Parts: sequence; structure tokens; C-alpha cells
Amino acid sequence: MLNRDEIYERVKEVLEDALGADEEDITMGASLTKDLEAESIDFLDIVFRLEKAFSTPEKPFKISQGELFPENLMENAEWVQDGRLTDAGLEMLRERMPHVDFSSIENEREVTQVADALTVASIVDFVARKLDSA
Amino acid sequence: MRWLWIDKIIDFEEGKVLRAIKAVTPGEEQLHQPFDADDNRLPATMPAPFVIEGMAQAAGILVGTATKFSEKVVLAKITKATFEREIGVGELIRFSAELDRLDDQGASTHGLIDVRRRGPQPGADQWERVGIVDLMFGHLDRNMAGLEFPDENFVFSDNFAFLLEDAGLAYLLP
Repeated sequence: MLNRDEIYERVKEVLEDALGADEEDITMGASLTKDLEAESIDFLDIVFRLEKAFSTPEKPFKISQGELFPENLMENAEWVQDGRLTDAGLEMLRERMPHVDFSSIENEREVTQVADALTVASIVDFVARKLDSA
Repeated sequence: MRWLWIDKIIDFEEGKVLRAIKAVTPGEEQLHQPFDADDNRLPATMPAPFVIEGMAQAAGILVGTATKFSEKVVLAKITKATFEREIGVGELIRFSAELDRLDDQGASTHGLIDVRRRGPQPGADQWERVGIVDLMFGHLDRNMAGLEFPDENFVFSDNFAFLLEDAGLAYLLP
């Protein structure tokens, strides 16, 4: 079983390749969108690369759509109203994405800022949880 | 005019690999013909962005066939593009696109760019590796922003049907 430091090292390699980011910029607290300039297609690239980086012949590491990054938030009025997350929306995100710390968007709740909450630590935590539960 | 940057599909294995060739001919308007510091004209070469477009077309057809052309496959990201040297007039390019990963939202492909080296006898040709072009494709109707597009698959137009028919692959068309 990989420890957290080993997972972090592999995540760093994934982000270096997917985003062309410099190693020193990939800190645990770096936001994927704000600091590392990830765009929407990069999220799919990251998912593909994480699957490859953490799969073994015995245990494939498969990430379902929407499991790592939030999707289709705008389509549900219960979750988003006037471009802001509702209480139910925030609750849903916290429940579905325990690997993400949403405290930075808690006050303003702008849906456009949701992706900013995803940090390198979020990815490391996501992988660690998923490997633990496998 | 057809916006095609491959001439012919020469090899195809559904969901795995597609190979195509393109001859670089002197009549093409996109060729670079630079000058050196002494104002001497240098040999004309194929601009790298058009080589990347050729790979995007080869890989895009491969991704399209993998979903029976049910998705509007668009180039979303040039993950990697490295070239060892320029490709000149009179050379034959081979694009080898391999499907790396495919899911509902899109696909990633690995691509090799080779140039033919003529052998001493017919059939003894070899291929020189001159570049690697890895790409990401998105399925347009499954974009994260939820934007809607026309039902018609405008990505795979008659241009691509022509290439598939020419290669004896018309059965793949919807």
C-alpha cells in the first residue's frame, strides 16, 4: 500500500505532465485552476493519467465520471440559484466530495469558484481514500 | 476545397490504431520557405501545426469510429508535440494514432510521426521517427458547461467519409 508521500509524488508527476506545471509550483495547497491554470479538458486528462498511475494488473484504478470533480451543478435548481450554491448544493458537494475542502467558497458560494477549491491536496486525499477502500 | 491533412488511411484496427500517410508536395501553399541570415532561400518545409492537424485528423477518425460516430469528436488539447527535425518537400509522412483511453467525455491518443526512408529495393523502405504528438479529444455534447449543439454530426462531414470509402472502410460510416 502506498503511503501519502508516495501518492503525492505520483500526483505531482501526473500534474506536471497534464498541466505542464513546474514541480516547485505543485504544492499541497495549490489550487488546480487558480494556481496551476487547469482548464476543463485538463480535468479529463488528469483523470486518465491518475487511472494509469495508480492501476496495477491486479487492481485497476477506475474513476467514474463526476467522482473527482463536480459536474452539471447548474442543471439542478435545488443546488444552484442565481449562480450561487444553495445550502443543499453545498451539502451535496461535501457529501459527494469529502476529499475537497470547500471552506474557501463557503461565504461567497459562487458556483464559478467551485473548481478553485480543488487543490493538489484534494487529489492526494481522493487517491488515498480510494486506494484504502479498494 | 477539402480541409484534409492526410491523403490516405493505410491501416486500421477498430478501437486501437489508425495509420495514414501524407505526401508533402511543392504546390502546397502552406509550406514554409524561410531565408537564412545571408538571405539564402532554405528548403521548403511543412509547418509543424499542419503536421499536428494531420495527426488530429487521423486520431480523430480513430476516436470517431470507436463510438460509431455517435459523438462529435473535437480536438481539445495538444498534450505533447515534439519534433526531431523539419519535414521537407518530397517526403512522405506516416501518422500512427493509437487510442490510449476512451470514455463518455472524451479520449486521449498517442501519436507517432514517421517519414519514409527509401530502401535499396522496392518494399525495403524504412520509417524514420521524426515526432510524437499526443492529443486529447472531447465529446462536444458532453461538455461540462452543459452547452447544446445541433443534432447533426457536423464534425464527421463528407471529407472524412471520402477517406473511409477510399480505404475500403465505408462499412464504418453511420
